[in-house]
Amino acid sequence: MADYNTMELMICTAARELEDGASVGVGTGAPCAAAMLAQKAHSPNLVILFEAGGAAPLIPEMPISVGDSRTTWKAVMASGMCEIMESACRGMLDYTFLGGAQIDMYGNLNSTRIGADHQKPKVRFPGSGGANDFASFCWRMMVMTPQDPKRFAEKCSYITTPGWLQGGDSRAKSGLPLGAGPYKIITNMAVMDFEPESKRMRIIAINPGYSEKDVQDNCGFELLKAKKIVENKPPTKHELSILRDQIDPYRYVIGR
Amino acid sequence: MEVLAQGIGAIFTDPDADKARAFFRKKSRALKPKVMSVKEAVEKYVHDGDYLCIGGFGANRIPTAVCHEILRQGRKNMGFAGHTSTHDFQILCAGEVFDKLDVAYIVGLEARGLSPNARRYMESGKVKVSEWTNYSLSVRFKAAAAGVSFYPSRNIMGTDTFQYSGAKIIQCPFTGIKYAAMPAIWPDVAAIHVHEADIYGNCRIRGITVSDLDVARAAKHLIITCERLIQNDEIRRDPSYTSIPYWCVDAVCEVPYGSYPGNMYGEYFSDEEHLREWLKVEENPEEFKKFLDKNIYSCKDHFEYIEKNGGMHKLLRLREKEFMFSKARD
Repeated sequence: MADYNTMELMICTAARELEDGASVGVGTGAPCAAAMLAQKAHSPNLVILFEAGGAAPLIPEMPISVGDSRTTWKAVMASGMCEIMESACRGMLDYTFLGGAQIDMYGNLNSTRIGADHQKPKVRFPGSGGANDFASFCWRMMVMTPQDPKRFAEKCSYITTPGWLQGGDSRAKSGLPLGAGPYKIITNMAVMDFEPESKRMRIIAINPGYSEKDVQDNCGFELLKAKKIVENKPPTKHELSILRDQIDPYRYVIGR
Repeated sequence: MEVLAQGIGAIFTDPDADKARAFFRKKSRALKPKVMSVKEAVEKYVHDGDYLCIGGFGANRIPTAVCHEILRQGRKNMGFAGHTSTHDFQILCAGEVFDKLDVAYIVGLEARGLSPNARRYMESGKVKVSEWTNYSLSVRFKAAAAGVSFYPSRNIMGTDTFQYSGAKIIQCPFTGIKYAAMPAIWPDVAAIHVHEADIYGNCRIRGITVSDLDVARAAKHLIITCERLIQNDEIRRDPSYTSIPYWCVDAVCEVPYGSYPGNMYGEYFSDEEHLREWLKVEENPEEFKKFLDKNIYSCKDHFEYIEKNGGMHKLLRLREKEFMFSKARD
């Protein structure tokens, strides 16, 4: 038995993507844990930004809201929503982490509704919040999500947040800023990227204990496969001790 | 200007900049005391059918006392900006106050989960909905604050969020690239909770400002609740701290702990226990009705609500959390 759980693995995998000196727009929960881990483990100069205005805090504990006081603890600035999103739109934000109730093969996300009638939906979710904004503007959008065939859907009921839209050059033609888009999808089973031409989701790494078949069986659409699929590296002792002792001692996120 | 595409969502407020100018031409610039109770402010400035905007960020620096008073006075058929609206949204849904809604973030309370009652209301078909994003609504207020009818932005294109919005896609006259044109919102009334204000309405805010500086300028009427009143001399001693000037403001209400159960930067943390109780009790509509009677409808004011939920002892614990003497989730 491995001495870590899949949430810890996802957070460590995500944290390794955030290099020192980069900037990242995050929400609460697992993405925030990943940014905090990166900052403490290998990226001391990671710039963490919250959509409500918190800019480059030294987060003392996991925030509950992206606008609560922890998001400005020892920060360089307490600003506002336009400050953060304008910085993203002019190209200053490298990464963002998002999630949703559904994701399709082009990395489009649904966090708005299930059901066809918009004025009377079967299930109403929060909507975009800042997700559409971050996904439109940040250079590289990543998603951390558990993998199952319902969530990884052939077609989203509603596209709240842009991935590569309909694939190919559709995003470039849409009017969204050029060169930005989905980058990596990190699940409990695998890591996916997007094939450069078709922009379809592609397996690039498998987590220890899972097979390519497991990943495909838990996906509602056909996944492409990279020429070389590697095994994802498990969390190190160093990463786990920071995550467990400093970032989430009460296991609010890693206990899920 | 050629419109390349447009969403099917409604625009609930008039984006005409000259009509807004005509309104602001008549808005008083008089330096006069505006101190009143929350009850008076809501009676005077919040009307059935008005378009409402609530400042802060969901459960951070929100004017809770105004939201409760709107329920007590039974306002209906309002338009509302669901701009990072979490606990404020939960309160307004409990009173079924609005039936026209601009959505950016609704129904959820972030990491705390979804509000069962807000979901029931939004899934009932009673609310006419237009979709936007946090930044889209921010720039709609920014346009209004600047006195222009729209703001160009580079988000939402290509998504259903655009399809169900009232935005239009236009072409840049200089470079030819596409922009989503976001129509200005001049709310009939907004309520914002701040740290300090003088009796005329000059305000100081600490911590994040979210979109409140634009909302304050865009709103036709503005109710300020503040943690404490300060002297006008103090405002004039160092005007660099003033972020909302008095001529934007119609009412000033001193409401210490006015964001409770929300967080107030540098003052007190959110009451997570009480917010969990809200979410839990909403699962049962009968219980929720009793809960609302106890916490809102039978309360004279905000202080009676606080008294019923732990009073000063609770507030001191929330201050300890704010200053990191104890952990947020303890």
